[in-house]
Formats: sequence, C-alpha cells, structure tokens
Amino acid sequence: MTDSPFIIDQPEDMVFRLNRRTLADPEILTREQTEIFDKSWIYCGHESEVSKPGDFCTRDVCGRPVIFSRDSAGDVRVFLNACRHRAAMVCREPCGNTRRYNCFYHGWSYNQDGELVGVPGEDSYPPGFDKANFSLAEPPRVDSYRGFWFISFNPDIKDLKEYLAGATEYIDLVADQSPSGEMQVIQGTQEYDIRANWKLLVENSFDDYHLLTTHKTWLDYMKDSGVQVEPPKGQGLLLPSKGIGKGLGNGHAVIDNINFRGRPVARWISIYGEDAKEEIEDIRTELVERLGEKRAARVADTNRNLVVFPNLVINDGSSVTIRTFWPVAADHMKVTAWALGTKEESVRARARRLDSFLTFYGPGGFATPDDVEALEAVQAGLATWREVEWSEMTRGLNKEGEQLNTDEEHLRAFWREWNALMTVDA
Amino acid sequence: MSAKDISRSDVEDFLYDEAALLDEWRLDEWLKLLTDDAIYQIPSTDAPDSDARNALFLIADDATRIKARVKRLNDTEAHAESPRSRTRRMIANVRITERDGDTLAVSANFSVYRYRRNSPLRHFVGRYEFRLRVTDKGLRIAERRVILDPTELGTLGAISFIL
Ligand code: FES
Ligand SMILES: [Fe+2]
Repeated sequence: MTDSPFIIDQPEDMVFRLNRRTLADPEILTREQTEIFDKSWIYCGHESEVSKPGDFCTRDVCGRPVIFSRDSAGDVRVFLNACRHRAAMVCREPCGNTRRYNCFYHGWSYNQDGELVGVPGEDSYPPGFDKANFSLAEPPRVDSYRGFWFISFNPDIKDLKEYLAGATEYIDLVADQSPSGEMQVIQGTQEYDIRANWKLLVENSFDDYHLLTTHKTWLDYMKDSGVQVEPPKGQGLLLPSKGIGKGLGNGHAVIDNINFRGRPVARWISIYGEDAKEEIEDIRTELVERLGEKRAARVADTNRNLVVFPNLVINDGSSVTIRTFWPVAADHMKVTAWALGTKEESVRARARRLDSFLTFYGPGGFATPDDVEALEAVQAGLATWREVEWSEMTRGLNKEGEQLNTDEEHLRAFWREWNALMTVDA
Repeated sequence: MSAKDISRSDVEDFLYDEAALLDEWRLDEWLKLLTDDAIYQIPSTDAPDSDARNALFLIADDATRIKARVKRLNDTEAHAESPRSRTRRMIANVRITERDGDTLAVSANFSVYRYRRNSPLRHFVGRYEFRLRVTDKGLRIAERRVILDPTELGTLGAISFIL
C-alpha cells in the first residue's frame, strides 16, 4: 500500500477528502475482507424468514455460505453450510423446511440442530471417531436485535446492542410500526448486481443530495400523482421537506426526513387512492393509542434511511426495505433486497405497501435503475484514480450542530469508521 | 369476432409487431396496444408464480403506472436509458393456452438482448404470459406478465427498459 492516506479529515480547515483508490483498488478489497467484514457484525436474516422448527434459508453472508435456520427447540441458528467430512454444501435449496441436512456427496446427514446423525459405513472409521465432534460449525458470534439477526466472525466483538449504538433507535422506529412489534419479510427477493464498489451503495443509500437530478423523473411522477414536490421557500432546502443527516456511532448513520412522499404506516397520499384513506387513518389511530401522539408522529411522519455499518441498509420511506450487499470485486457488488411489512397488516394494506415499494425501489422501480446507472458511471470515472486522487466530501462541514440530509456529515461518519478500522494496524 | 376466431399465426403477428415497437422505442404507439385496464408485471426471480398483492415483484404496473413508465422513459433524464439501450427480441414457442369469450391466454418464450455503450451484453431469457382481448380494433393486451428464467437478476442488473 502507498503512504497516501485513505481520507484527509481536517474539519478545522474545512477539509474532508476521500482517496478514490479506496473505491477502485483490488488491494483495498482484500484488506476490507479481514479488517472490515471479518471484524464487524454482518446482517444474516430476519426471524420471520424462519418461523417454524426446521425452516431454513441458505445464503452467502460475509463471503461464507450459511444456513439461517430454526432448530428443533425453536431457536434461530446459523450453520456454516459446509459438510464436516470434506466441505460440500449440505443444503443447496434456497429456502424450505427440513428434518435433516443431507450431504449427498458421501451421505453424511445432520439434524435440525446441526448434529451429525448419519454416517454411511461408520464402522470403517478408526476407534475414537465420534460423531459428536462433527456437528455443523457455527459462526463465532450470532445475535439479534428486534428480529434482525447478525453474525460475526470476530469472537471478540462487542455485543450486538452495544455495536449498534444509536442505530437501535432507528430499528425501533421500524419495529414499532407493528402492534405486536413483529415485522415480516415478504415473499419475493430482489437480487441484482451493480458494477460498482460496495461503498458507493452505502453512500447512495442515504445521499439525498442526488435526489433532484438523478431522480428527476421520479419526482415528476410524484408531482403528476398530486404530491407536492416543491421545496419550501426561504429555508435553503433542496427537497420538498426538511431532513437531517447524522452519525449514530460505530460508523452507523442515518438521514431522518419529514415525510412528503407518503407512508403505508401511516401517511396517505393520492397515489394510494381515495379508498385507502380510511384504513391508513385507522393504522394511525392504532399507533397513537399504543405509542402516544408524539411517538406515533415520529414513526408515521418521518422517513429514515439507515446504514448499519458496514453493509446493511434499512430504508423506511415509500415502504420498508432491507438491503444488504456484498463485494465480489472492487468494482462489482451483489445486492439483495427484501420488503418488510407488519405482521398484522390487512391484505389490502400489504398490497398497498408492495405497490408503494415499487414506485421507487428495486431494479424495475422508477428510481433505483437510475441509482445503478449513477454508481456505474462513478465506477467508470474512478479508473482515473491515479490521476485524480481525491473526492470532495465537505457539504455542511462549516455548520455547527445539525446538518441536512443533503449535507454529507452522515457519509463522513461512515468513512471515518471505515478509515479507523482499515488503519488500525498501520 | 371472439377468441375462437383467432389463430396462432394471428397471435404471432401481433406479438412480432409488439416486439418491433418496443425494439424501435416507439413506446407511445406500444401504449395503444394495451387495454385501458392493462397490467404489466415481472415477479421476483425466486417467486415466479406469486401474486403481486402479497409478494414483492420487480415490476407490478397498473394501466396508470404503465403510462407513467412510458412518460419516464421518454424523458432524457431517465438516466438508465439515456442514452437508450439497443434491444432485440426473439419470440418463439407461441401457444394459445386458453380461449374464453373475447379473451385469449397466450404463452411465448423470449430471448431479449440488450446492448449499451460501456455495458456488457445483457441477455434476458424467459417466457411471456399474455392475456389478449379481441376488440373491434384488433387484439389488445390486457395482461403482460414476464417470467424470467434466471434464478437472480445478477449481472442483468436493472430492468430499465420495457422487457
Ligand atoms: S463431503 Fe459431505 S459426506 Fe463427504
Ligand atoms: Fe437514489
């Protein structure tokens, strides 16, 4: 690695610069695998995806194939999806329910608790061979917060709740939408690649500065549908409502915006149709009764885009989406996105949530394709990183206190943590 | 005319014409092939048989949203398609699977190539499930469901054009 720093962070001189190499150089990615991903809590799945004993979903988390599952006692368990005999994946179905994980290669089989229960021709193993020593392995740390399950390959990492720091407040605002506190991942997964560095999606997921130009056609669509999209005069705002951006500790950060674009829970806009008004009012009434007027307004009248360091995004806007992404190369990531709804919502409310999701989010939405295009345009430009070394990231740096969602304090919060982890042994 | 008067070759002619309009980006003319209550849907790749009311789709447009989509695509600030991609659609294995009054259910395989500067070739493969309605102006599309074969979109990236 060269001596040039990853970031130059001198707020007293109004300087914050990001070295473009951090987004383009394969050497950086190699270091990120050990210094960022293997040292952090990484999102694995939501409890609702495995509701009954024997339920499982297989996925790649932190570069490892894992089985996210519920065991015979009804507890969520995460197994490394590799046979203890010679490492073949023991489960190749995406999701389902099973009594056994059967490795077809030589026939070893494991129960719902990961215990090795079947070995063909066991009598040919020498004395001392004990099946009890060959249970499916588990990540060193597994923990959850309000239904969101994380794993870590760092045995010494702080507890999840402490790690999440200020992000817990924002996860609470999502989970509190449900009368029982239980949210559900809805069937249907959006899985798409972006030919860009993974950190560009971190930035993009809560960069509201790009909304006006990148998403002009989406704003036009909102306007055509009767939504007020002009920024209020005299407040120096770029967008139709005020929002703030801030760090939440440990590299997590958020934008926290007054809603203007409608919310399934619970703010009606014309796009939902007249006949949805009453039900959305009812949803709001339930919130007020359960949480009180003030907290209900906090839940129902703000849109929040949360980044949980390093690679989980929970956006609670036109709908709630959980999004995680994994770098397959310095200039290529795989994105997985789910929709999250309240467990109790009616058939109509569920349909409305899903419809609202698609107006903005997803590879066929009215906004996300233009984000993908923006990120790929950035990545193409980054091929000049040796010639033009620095990116500017100073919006709002001169402000005391609160910063806007169109400023960049929340982006700097992510990058400061990233830099701290990447330079810890330097 | 009712559905029983429509032959497979009538349907093929119609689908080939539709494909030509889309490949030539004549989207306003394409809109005229749709009924007033048309829907256009692409389910997520892991739930191809699901219902848009209780599963997350990639696209689930009603007639209003289809028009909004075309308006967006006609705008040079729809950046993912500005400059526009070049597409080429191959349609095959056309089958009429049901005839009911004035409505036909039609299934057809597709292979759609998308080329764009600075992008690799993206090859979309799958099948269409249409509901076509027989009207006095000819066949019209009441439902257009696109079922992708890939198990994830993956390197296909976004679906920024009308697939
Ligand atoms: S690798 Fe699983 S039984 Fe041999
Ligand atoms: Fe965006």
